[in-house]
Amino acid sequence: MSEVFPRVPVMATASTAAARAVSPAVEARGLVKRYGDVTAVAGVDLTVPAGTVLALLGPNGAGKTTTVRMLTTLLVPDEGTATVAGVDVVADPREVRRRIGLSGQYAAVDENLTGFENLDMVGRLYHLGRKRSRERAWELLEQFDLTDAAKRVAKTYSGGMRRRLDLAGALVAEPPVLVLDEPTTGLDPRSRNDMWELLTRMVGGGTTLLLTTQYLEEAERLADDIVVIDHGRVIARGTADELKTQVGGQRVEVVVATDGDVDAAVAVLHEVAVGELQVERRARRVTAPVTSGTQVLVQVLQRLGEVGIVPLDAGLRRPTMDDVFLTLTGKPADEVAGVDEPARPVGEGVRP
Amino acid sequence: MSAVGVVLADSSVIAKRNMLKITRIPDLLVGTLISPIMFILLFGYVFGGAIDVPNYREFIVPGIFAQTVIFGATITGAGIADDMQKGIIERFRSLPMAQSAVLVGRTASDVVLNVIVTVIMSLTGLVIGWRIRTSFLDAVVGFALLLLFAYALSWVMGLLGLLIRTPEAFNNLTFLTIFPLTFITNAFVPLETFPGPLQTIAQWNPVSTLVQAARERFGNVPPGTELGTWSLQNSELYTLLWIVVILAVFVPLATRQYRRAAAR
Ligand SMILES: Nc1ncnc2c1ncn2[C@@H]1O[C@H](COP(=O)(O)OP(=O)(O)O)[C@@H](O)[C@H]1O
Ligand SMILES: [Mg+2]
Repeated sequence: MSEVFPRVPVMATASTAAARAVSPAVEARGLVKRYGDVTAVAGVDLTVPAGTVLALLGPNGAGKTTTVRMLTTLLVPDEGTATVAGVDVVADPREVRRRIGLSGQYAAVDENLTGFENLDMVGRLYHLGRKRSRERAWELLEQFDLTDAAKRVAKTYSGGMRRRLDLAGALVAEPPVLVLDEPTTGLDPRSRNDMWELLTRMVGGGTTLLLTTQYLEEAERLADDIVVIDHGRVIARGTADELKTQVGGQRVEVVVATDGDVDAAVAVLHEVAVGELQVERRARRVTAPVTSGTQVLVQVLQRLGEVGIVPLDAGLRRPTMDDVFLTLTGKPADEVAGVDEPARPVGEGVRP
Repeated sequence: MSAVGVVLADSSVIAKRNMLKITRIPDLLVGTLISPIMFILLFGYVFGGAIDVPNYREFIVPGIFAQTVIFGATITGAGIADDMQKGIIERFRSLPMAQSAVLVGRTASDVVLNVIVTVIMSLTGLVIGWRIRTSFLDAVVGFALLLLFAYALSWVMGLLGLLIRTPEAFNNLTFLTIFPLTFITNAFVPLETFPGPLQTIAQWNPVSTLVQAARERFGNVPPGTELGTWSLQNSELYTLLWIVVILAVFVPLATRQYRRAAAR
């Protein structure tokens, strides 16, 4: 099989270059998972070099969780192969589990146990032994700022604390490969920031991290490489910079007062856009990818003035997930057909 | 560690966790410890006068033992259904532990609980006049049989819990099945009092034979009890056969269902 699927080149960054010499921490080829008529994952390839961070980026229902569950032995793929830390996930799941730490989309903690009891139990089930399990539980509680809550049952924890406890559970055995499924979904902005800082510190220690997210910002902040998936297929891959270059650095967004002004605004933005315009008629909003931020905005405002339009709102913003999808597929994220959309490296470009 | 060693070690971790959980849920704790006392007192004093059996209290205590440990076996099912709903099963599944330990540990913690409950019931029974009239060894065998039967049923309940997946629905179902199972027996009234077909069912109901075997081992069989069927004449053997068959069928079924359910 591996002959049929040549290794997809992952764009190297400085940190990945050295790691590439050793075998990758995670390698998946042609993973497929079907649920009846639904093909949740339709042939995903990915490679995570040891010591790097890969973000699997995609909207709700893209197949992120299913992919991660196959890689962590919780699901058996219908097709394809995968190795984690050099071990085949289908042939030797127990050995894979020894080498990974998983924190799923929903916190896997026992609500009726205390924080300490949760981690101690996980240590025992990793077969660390009684003494080491206890030590490790305290270490992690300290590291995750949960010492004060260590003797309270997890039921009383806030969402952020549960998430941290769950993540601590994934780290009990100091696994070489860490897999996190949407580690910040559902967290308030502050907890999210805390989590990002924590993860950044962690990967500094050389752990390989595979995480999934719906947020480009999160992928950008944490990951060396990003794989964008939708409808179970890889639609782009590369570093955050490469993806952003592809979707255009910035967006100019103009909201006009009347329906009649929309067409005029479209005409003006056409002159500066480097890619396809996004026109939302009901909201009377027109968005254009541009290259050189503020200058272009000034230019747009001038031109709008010349044709007699005073916009309700005009501004610059960074690309969002929707922009990535719009650029990569020509459709908003929730309309992507994905049926015969081949995976392609970001560098090749999709839109002029 | 050997494979069996791993299963035992992991199961004891899970069992310990289940016991801890019980102490964290006061309702469950109180219900588990108080209800056996209540049952002994209620049945002993309320029905005692109405039912025509010499020394009714001595007759009924082994019956209450049986009913209570059988209800104890349902904790496995409710507990596993609860676990399946919560995220913790994902953690267990992603650990390099023996996967069978989740069920083995579950059923084991039920036994521990049933031992505690049996001690409480026995003490209450002694207070109201129940006596063991045989040897210590006989009594141990009697208790072991009760616990073993409940253990086998734990696996049935485990399978049901995995299939049903919601603790509330599971509890409703067990309520509807355990009451007939334990009442259409000789546990609370002599078998002669049942009308025709119901009597046959009661005679072959393994709970009847379990109770009969326990009464024999404790020396609590009322004089003149008719043992009309092979099942009752060989109550211990017949009950053991049921235990073996239940375990042989439901241990593999529950284990397979756990793998399946967790893989969803
Ligand atoms: N157990 C399942 N049964 C049926 N369909 C499923 C199941 N799990 C996931 N799916 C479907 O597979 C697709 C991908 O789901 P998922 O991997 O959870 O996506 P994501 O994690 O990216 O939100 C969705 O369309 C989802 O409805
Ligand atoms: Mg998901």
